[in-house]
Amino acid sequence: MNKTMKKMSTLASAMLLTTAIGAAPSTAQEETFKVGVVSFLSGPAAGPFGIPARNAAELIIDAANAGTLPAPYNTAGIGGAQISTVVIDENSKQKNADFVKLVEKDGVDAIVGYASSGSCKAIAPEAEKLKTLTVFSICGTPQIFEEIVTEPQYLFRTLSHATMDNVAAARYVVETMGDVSTIGGINQNYAWGQDSWRDFSLSVASLKDSVTETETQFPKIFAGQYGSEISALLNAKPDVVHSSFWGGDLEALIIQGSGRGLFGRSQVVLTSSDTAIPRLGAQIPDGTIIGARGLNGPYAPETELAEWFQKAYFDRFGTEPVSPAYQMAQSILAIKAAADQSNSSDPEVIRGALAGLTFESMSGEVNMSLANGHQAITATAYGTYKFDAASGKGTVENVRTYSAGCVNPPANVGSVDWIKGGFEGAVCE
Amino acid sequence: MVNYIHVSMGTGMVALGVMIQMRAGLVSFGQGLYFCVGGYAAGMTAKFLGISDLFVLLAIGVVAALILSAILGFLLRRYREIFYAMLTLAISMILFGLLSSTEELGSTDGFNLPTPTYLGWAPTGEVGRITLYILTCFIAIGCAIALNRFLKSPIGYVNEAIRENELRVEYLGTSAHKAVHITYMLAAVVSSIGGVLWSLVLGHVDPEMTNWTTSGQFVFVSILSGIGNVAAPLIGTFILEIVRVYAVEISPNTWQMILGSVMLLTIIFLPKGLWSLLTRKKKSKPQQTASAPAAGE
Repeated sequence: MNKTMKKMSTLASAMLLTTAIGAAPSTAQEETFKVGVVSFLSGPAAGPFGIPARNAAELIIDAANAGTLPAPYNTAGIGGAQISTVVIDENSKQKNADFVKLVEKDGVDAIVGYASSGSCKAIAPEAEKLKTLTVFSICGTPQIFEEIVTEPQYLFRTLSHATMDNVAAARYVVETMGDVSTIGGINQNYAWGQDSWRDFSLSVASLKDSVTETETQFPKIFAGQYGSEISALLNAKPDVVHSSFWGGDLEALIIQGSGRGLFGRSQVVLTSSDTAIPRLGAQIPDGTIIGARGLNGPYAPETELAEWFQKAYFDRFGTEPVSPAYQMAQSILAIKAAADQSNSSDPEVIRGALAGLTFESMSGEVNMSLANGHQAITATAYGTYKFDAASGKGTVENVRTYSAGCVNPPANVGSVDWIKGGFEGAVCE
Repeated sequence: MVNYIHVSMGTGMVALGVMIQMRAGLVSFGQGLYFCVGGYAAGMTAKFLGISDLFVLLAIGVVAALILSAILGFLLRRYREIFYAMLTLAISMILFGLLSSTEELGSTDGFNLPTPTYLGWAPTGEVGRITLYILTCFIAIGCAIALNRFLKSPIGYVNEAIRENELRVEYLGTSAHKAVHITYMLAAVVSSIGGVLWSLVLGHVDPEMTNWTTSGQFVFVSILSGIGNVAAPLIGTFILEIVRVYAVEISPNTWQMILGSVMLLTIIFLPKGLWSLLTRKKKSKPQQTASAPAAGE
């Protein structure tokens, strides 16, 4: 027994030592602003989504620390403080416990990230409970501020919710295709897919009441095989097939669907598909309607900030940035914009300044105008895919840009009510 | 760290459920079923009936698990070895499929639970968390003590006999089926308690709770920690959780590899689990460590 005790105490001191080593670097610098970055680092969403987002976080934070970002972000750090980071994997069964750990053990000042609506739904109340400045960078579902946290204090989202993507997609379809009479869809069976389809079909119905729904499929997320769903859609022959698939599922749908002629029979609209462009290239059929959830990737505006981002990202990682990278960058810039404006690195001050803020990102102007200034609206664009064999690169053409006020509901109006009411208050050019 | 102890106690109770079945030589690859039933029963009660009292939620979770396990027990008690493992796995995946396609329950996203109240007392913030933590400690230790009593009861010993030679158990005039049925139900109850408490700590449930990967983890913990004592699964889950936390911290991109290596090394060097570290020195003496659950904390 004595030996066991000795063993245990050795083990305990070893564990203590590990803790000490782990804690040491954080005390070294004087004024630091510690950011927890959460992104998919493993699992099916890592390759197309999580890794580009993490790369962008590294790039922006390094540049911000060095003060090499273009104006107006050319001051070093966040509100004068140097930024340090803790990166964690979103692909974890203990998402909430990991969040609590970032706050309590790592003592972060702010947390940015989260891509999956499932994660966001679970984390949203936790962020408010722990009173920690949390900026969701992706997450599509409008439920976050419309149902789960209705009076946000600490929680922000710097990306428009799924309503924007689908209202814009519906407008694009109705405007560019003269003779739409039937629509169908294939969406994942969870909040993001269900909300996306609901918003799209309601929007189309609102814009053109002669359109009918034929076939709607809801396979499970990360299913990977869509043979029977594609058969059903081929059978129903809708004029338009809508899908909000993302990441690996999206790539599977493109490969399986194009092989079986789905893209030839129907006009396919993919609301979150720019991530597939550098990865699939010629495999995406020409003419497919491509969305990037905002002015990201191929739709990025020609500003100094956007061009700097594309070049710096390409130089460092050897590939073009895709929408998750833009979205992550946008959420970090949001904190920097609020901190610089109030000239403080205190999270309490930052969250005050961030509410209702309008700031510039590499995807154009972002207005924190919904949910008491905690939910952003941005402009977005749609176009059709065109693969250029000569350069070996995919591009978009027939691009139409929709202003933020045109495709996002006004403050204090729920997404569904707004669409059903015929987009009251929408300002479109 | 309190948060991780808390979380690991919830999952530890499910591992306890797996462990008592292992005593009878039965490996349940679907213990996530009752973990999920507990969590969802509590969650749905809170969501649809607006009840947030911890004791009511616990009771409903336990009753749901009891009813389901009593029915399924009639089927499962007839199977052993791989057939038992596969059947439990299949049943848990049926629930997974059902929940994943039920939009009212949030599909694969699941839904959120409220902060629990205690017989009309509704603490919030730090007080609320400490209260839930202390209660979880008491319940986990209570379960461990109760199961320890069970393992030392006649049916508990019958279980060990079933593992060694079931035919002889039947010849001696005891029903192996009955013993398995009771063990299965007990495992279900303790797992559902774990499910309710775990869900309340995290404030969220999703179908992943009954996915085979989650169930596999419980089996893994039981193997890792060994089945020598009821304290082993509780300590095992905690150690696994700590290893995971540090693995994520040291290498956020390849933390699964560190976790896997630790598991592999444990299996190679401690084939009887972590608990054998404590019992190795007193091999000559028969094991009698009834007061062990205190070591769970």
